[in-house]
Amino acid sequence: MPRALRALLANSPYLGILGGLLLVPHLVSNLYVLQVMTFVGLYVVLALSLNLLNGYLGLLSIGHAAFYGIGAYASAKLVMEAGVPFPLAMLGAGAVSSLFGYLIAKPTLRLSGIYMTLATLGFNMVLFLVLQNWMSFTNGPLGIMNIPGPVILGWSVDSRVDYYHLMLVLVILTILSMHRIMDSRFGRALVAIRENELAAEATGVYTTRYKVQTFVLSTFYAGVAGSFYAHFVKFISPDSFYINESFVLLAMLALGGQGNLVGPVVGAASLVVIPEVFRFLQEYRMFVYGGILVVMMLFRRQGILGGRDYSLRLPWFQEAGRVVYLRGDKFLPEEQVTSAQD
Amino acid sequence: MVFEQLVNGLTQGAVYALLALGFTMIFGTLRMVTFAHGEVYMIGAYVGFEVIRLLSPNFFLAVAVALAATALLGIVIEILAFHFLRDAPHATSLLVTIGVSILLVNAAQLVWGPETQSLPHRLLDRMDYGEMELGGVYITYFQVLVMAVTVALMLALYFLINKTRLGMVIRATAQDYEAAYAMGVNVNMVFMMAFAIGSMLGGVAGVLVGVYYNLFYPTMGGLYGLKAFSAAVVGGLTSLPGAVVSGLIIGIVETFTVELGTSSLRHMVSFLFMILILIFRPGGLFRGKELIRVRGD
Repeated sequence: MPRALRALLANSPYLGILGGLLLVPHLVSNLYVLQVMTFVGLYVVLALSLNLLNGYLGLLSIGHAAFYGIGAYASAKLVMEAGVPFPLAMLGAGAVSSLFGYLIAKPTLRLSGIYMTLATLGFNMVLFLVLQNWMSFTNGPLGIMNIPGPVILGWSVDSRVDYYHLMLVLVILTILSMHRIMDSRFGRALVAIRENELAAEATGVYTTRYKVQTFVLSTFYAGVAGSFYAHFVKFISPDSFYINESFVLLAMLALGGQGNLVGPVVGAASLVVIPEVFRFLQEYRMFVYGGILVVMMLFRRQGILGGRDYSLRLPWFQEAGRVVYLRGDKFLPEEQVTSAQD
Repeated sequence: MVFEQLVNGLTQGAVYALLALGFTMIFGTLRMVTFAHGEVYMIGAYVGFEVIRLLSPNFFLAVAVALAATALLGIVIEILAFHFLRDAPHATSLLVTIGVSILLVNAAQLVWGPETQSLPHRLLDRMDYGEMELGGVYITYFQVLVMAVTVALMLALYFLINKTRLGMVIRATAQDYEAAYAMGVNVNMVFMMAFAIGSMLGGVAGVLVGVYYNLFYPTMGGLYGLKAFSAAVVGGLTSLPGAVVSGLIIGIVETFTVELGTSSLRHMVSFLFMILILIFRPGGLFRGKELIRVRGD
């Protein structure tokens, strides 16, 4: 079997899921369902962004909504006042978020993790108060209204189906990029830091720099998600970025699990969908979140799907168990280098 | 005018100091940050409210009942967030306390409703302690009472930690709980005691603030708790005098920012203070002067 076909077959479960998601707008005519699914996507991106820090690196950020909020406001401001096209504004929102992330992470990450946790909390509160009180810039508690919908290279996103597709693209990009990151030297360094910081440092991992870089990366994703939110809901106000929102993200990770790419997706999806399905729960939504945090931490700390990696690749289309060595690996017998070349 | 603001600031600061003492007590002994402290304070305030409303308009009775209730609540939180999770990473306990705080706010909303409640005036009038004039400034006796209660509690805490056997045990556990355990200290009991004492300080603060402003609402603990928490961080998280001093400083600075016409900045003072301290002097303002001496980590 040719290599490409084999790779295709091995990954067919992923392609199946992707195909299913692409078919959803054709099968479901209910726009409300599409909207809920778009929100699922939004929270998937946010939960994955927080997962980089809380799950892979083992640093607890409890003010992640701040960076989400910065992204939303930055994007709205860039599009509405500077006239920046939407794709650039989205990247700009990520960049502004990660700039703030850098400013928070750089000084506090030299200290032990708990101080960074406290700083993220303080930053979330300060940001909320700034958004609420800086009337001339953020319009205070009234928020920014009538944010234009995204226009990407002439494609104007305005129906629920369009938003669904845009969100799907964002989710796929997020998952793919995070998969690549965690599969790289960088990602392995993060896991090494989480497992044993001292040992990682001793083997030459510059832990502080990796932590700051991860923080910047994570806040970038949050900023992009904020940008999408601003142009999707078309109205942003400080209330959407209060610490409660950060706690919701924490509950998603606590429920789904962290430290892999599947747990946050499951957690985000279930905590968005459950209150929608059980409408009577709406009022007790926060009860559910609080209860999930307590119960999960007491009985299954790593979350439902946490603590290990998951792969849906079909093993019988791959040469199972065979390690593929790279040329130039100095501990490698010569004949294995050649056998890996086919 | 300045003096009057100073008195207001001190009253406010005294309450922050009480709450910050609770945080410090808990972190100093258990090495655990609690986010449910603001909610303990809120429950304390509501308990005081109910006592005054239903039993008798007696401030000290309200304080006593609130003390008992919040001590119990503190023990429950300790069992949930710390007792079973002692060997778990820091983050786990922290997340449990966040969960507990969400649950408590929502429980209060169910029991007392989300709206702001006040004590009827006929009850307040019976508790009115009048006011006195001091150098042309009117100070209500209630302000004096707030400060007196705060000072009394601080002294009591100082005495408890430094002069009693229980205090010695708490200090020993704070230093090294395994060593203390090996020496025959019932560390489970000590952790519970420390958490209960910290929560009681929060509960008293709740009654004081609740009656002082006569406003009771389920989210009253949120901002207050976080501000007091930043006061505790500014004070170094393990230093009891540090918590008191930084609580007072934050109270006074806050009051004066209102005076300067920037009332919207008021709530930010403590958080900015905290972030600056974390960046430039993470050991707290009074590093090395801990009342509860603990290993640095």
